[in-house]
Amino acid sequence: MNAPPKAIAGTSTFLDERLGAGSFLKRNLRKIFPDHWSFLLGEIALYSFIILLLTGTFLTFWFKPGMGHTTYLGSYAPLYGVQMSEAYASTLHITFDVRGGLLIRQMHHWAALLFVAGMMVHMLRVFFTGAYRKPRELNWLIGVLLLSLALVEGLTGYSLPDDLLSGAGLRITQGVALSIPIVGTYISFFLFGGEYPGHDVISRFYSLHILLIPGILLALISAHMILMWVQKHTQMPGKGRTESNVVGAPFYPAFMAKAGAFFLFTFGVIALLGTFAQINPVWLYGPYTPADISAGSQPDFYMGFLEGSLRLMPAWEFNLFGYTFAMSVLIPALVPLGIVMTGLALYPFLEQWVTGDRREHHVCDRPRNNPHRTAIGMAGITFYGVLWLLGANDEISSTFHISLYTTTILGRIAIFVGPAIAYFVAYRICIGLQRKDAEVLSHGVESGVIKRMPNGQYIEVHTPPAEDIAAHIRGKKEIPIIEGGVDGEEVPPKGLRSGVGRLRAKMSKAYGTDHVPFHEEEVEEHAAVGAGEHKQLH
Amino acid sequence: MTDNNIERPEGRVVPARVVGTPPAAGPSLGEEPVHAPPGDPGVVEQDPAAARRAERVVALLFTIAFLAGAGFIASYVTFQVGDIDSTATSNFALGGTLTLALLSLAIGITVWVRQIMPKYNLVQERHAMVSDPETREYVKETFLQGANESGFVKHGLLRRTLLLAAAPLGLAPLVLLKDLGPLPGTVLRHTVWGKPTENGKPRRLVVEGTGQPIRAADFNSPGGILSVVPEGYEHDLNELAKATLILLKLRQEEFKSGTNLNWTHDGIVAYSKICTHVGCPAALYEQTTHHILCPCHQSTFDAADGAKVIFGPAARPLPQLPIGIDDEGYLIAKSDFHVPVGPSFWERGDAEAEARETKS
Repeated sequence: MNAPPKAIAGTSTFLDERLGAGSFLKRNLRKIFPDHWSFLLGEIALYSFIILLLTGTFLTFWFKPGMGHTTYLGSYAPLYGVQMSEAYASTLHITFDVRGGLLIRQMHHWAALLFVAGMMVHMLRVFFTGAYRKPRELNWLIGVLLLSLALVEGLTGYSLPDDLLSGAGLRITQGVALSIPIVGTYISFFLFGGEYPGHDVISRFYSLHILLIPGILLALISAHMILMWVQKHTQMPGKGRTESNVVGAPFYPAFMAKAGAFFLFTFGVIALLGTFAQINPVWLYGPYTPADISAGSQPDFYMGFLEGSLRLMPAWEFNLFGYTFAMSVLIPALVPLGIVMTGLALYPFLEQWVTGDRREHHVCDRPRNNPHRTAIGMAGITFYGVLWLLGANDEISSTFHISLYTTTILGRIAIFVGPAIAYFVAYRICIGLQRKDAEVLSHGVESGVIKRMPNGQYIEVHTPPAEDIAAHIRGKKEIPIIEGGVDGEEVPPKGLRSGVGRLRAKMSKAYGTDHVPFHEEEVEEHAAVGAGEHKQLH
Repeated sequence: MTDNNIERPEGRVVPARVVGTPPAAGPSLGEEPVHAPPGDPGVVEQDPAAARRAERVVALLFTIAFLAGAGFIASYVTFQVGDIDSTATSNFALGGTLTLALLSLAIGITVWVRQIMPKYNLVQERHAMVSDPETREYVKETFLQGANESGFVKHGLLRRTLLLAAAPLGLAPLVLLKDLGPLPGTVLRHTVWGKPTENGKPRRLVVEGTGQPIRAADFNSPGGILSVVPEGYEHDLNELAKATLILLKLRQEEFKSGTNLNWTHDGIVAYSKICTHVGCPAALYEQTTHHILCPCHQSTFDAADGAKVIFGPAARPLPQLPIGIDDEGYLIAKSDFHVPVGPSFWERGDAEAEARETKS
């Protein structure tokens, strides 16, 4: 093709004359996107969100967010004639009387799970590779906000069908709201329009779920994308990749097509799950009544850690000056969430404070190359994971025949011990992997060739590692340590003389010290490396 | 990442630049274009023969996607819904064809990208995000100039009254939300059990679901359990959220000191079913141990001992309702609960101590 088709050329000219789109496209059509499997994780979340908007809109065409009593007269026989809310009746209508309704409803639920799961693994990728560092701290904060909002979006969403299970979630939400000191009762009464459950909460959650929160999510996701575009994506260390370039495939046509295919993959997998993996079969639960509950009630997975922390907490409540402090609800509901979210939001700034590192970073760290960060991340995952597992301790108890109370007590221990063990193990693994890297650089890789030396000694010939692997390993960057006062020799700078300053210097030294520096000059010296006997690793 | 080793030498397009130094003045969104002239080492064309083979695979996949998409429309027309079986059939037909269409399309495009489009290893320069010093200086000057020209700094009265004007308007949306709900008052402290019925009689306990009143003489097998709601409020969810009971029949000798025997009738005891932790119905009962278990967070209460907490996060026993019988032998509430039921709240205070004081 030597000239663009008339239709495209004409439209382009029309737009360019009115928008000046040409210069934008000139700069961006061949924008380079680096390639790594882990960079796709965030895209899962992005595409799930688009699918949520599409499927959610479909559901709104039939869903009636009302709590008024109605008698079910639809085609699901087991509930025929049963008193229920309009919300639940319309959910049954979507399921059994709208063609494709069940499919879209299940896809919506699966997409929601995939949305949150995608965000979580994407966030872990960004954390462990240090991709949140300058200049990307703001995008990291947007991400933390997105995750928090997604949890609220999920909670308001699965409360809408008003079945027995979703009601249990609402009840717990209300119980938690009640426990908040001073304003708790008011929050509960304002949220539910009076006493629980009232007649307003479904319609209020509905407007939050389909308008307010998705609107904010959409705005924040757009900002997230624009920042990523302007700042350019980070890249993994490798041959020819530096802090001042980006190596990869151009947006048009390769990245565009890849992204399109990945959207379709996400869509296809969600359709697959929506078809064959039943989720939230609300027709089996029956309408909500605060007087009943089914055993084994579980929230969606992303709420599991809150459920677990509520289960884990020992009974603790006291009265002071005639007021009640319901610590056995307050602590588990707010503290773990606070630790996780605040910790995530502050981490980039704490790390900068400890390392004094004000440089821009565009090449990702391999997780092993910042052992303390990786260990902190693993400790966080373990903390979250223990809470999450304990959210299903009744299932664990019945599946593995462990006493229910034993699981709780083990969980109470694990929540403190687990993260410490995870920290230590992850740290040691990182150091071990770094040693392996150092060995590859300094001694090369085993070639499989056994050589007999003139003196009769047998050695295995090592060859230098493949160029790209070596470049990948050499991508390790030193972590800065704030200067002075650490060894007690010279006079520390002013900011480090206080107690906090000394602690900061100590932490900086621990965080930044490289325990496995590379000594590549040994490659030549090492007798076992046979020059000229290069062998590709792969 | 490692399947392509062809690169441009560093700094061929733009000289290498030290990170942190000001970039060339450039557009705010995006950078200079990246040209890939023919024969660029960063663009490796695929073998034409392999590309032709790949094209046939892609065409096949796209055709499958077409057929599956057509099948989706056909399934919509063919399979009706209306009961569990037909809904399941429709769901499998619609979902199966949709999945097949989407995944074939996705795989087709992937093959297209990987085996027909060139392999890319292009390099683009990055620039520090910070603007150059001249720009920053210019913005600073402009800001100061504008601030001075506007008179916002010089005219203090203007500034202060503007802030004054904004304050109530900023609060207005919050004030508007006041009618979201009534104030709590003391409604959380009372249930309908304390309210006599319309004809002035004490309220009967009725079985949840059927609405049948319970004759004490009929509820006579030890170990029995019923979920009970107040007569006349069988479908009032607000009241059920507070007033639902768990009614148990124990042997007289099984009771321990925690249970108020004056509030029982012939071994029948009624506790609030609403868990004192966060309000789930404590619905599970283990007959042999008299344990009531809340399935939400596993708070466990001893029904024989005033429903005191044995395990779990609940901090208080399930309140006991004083019950008796009316002249027809049906179970009735003798009064309301003496303490608020359900989860703890700020204004609750030590209601148990208050209840003890009023009694003595």
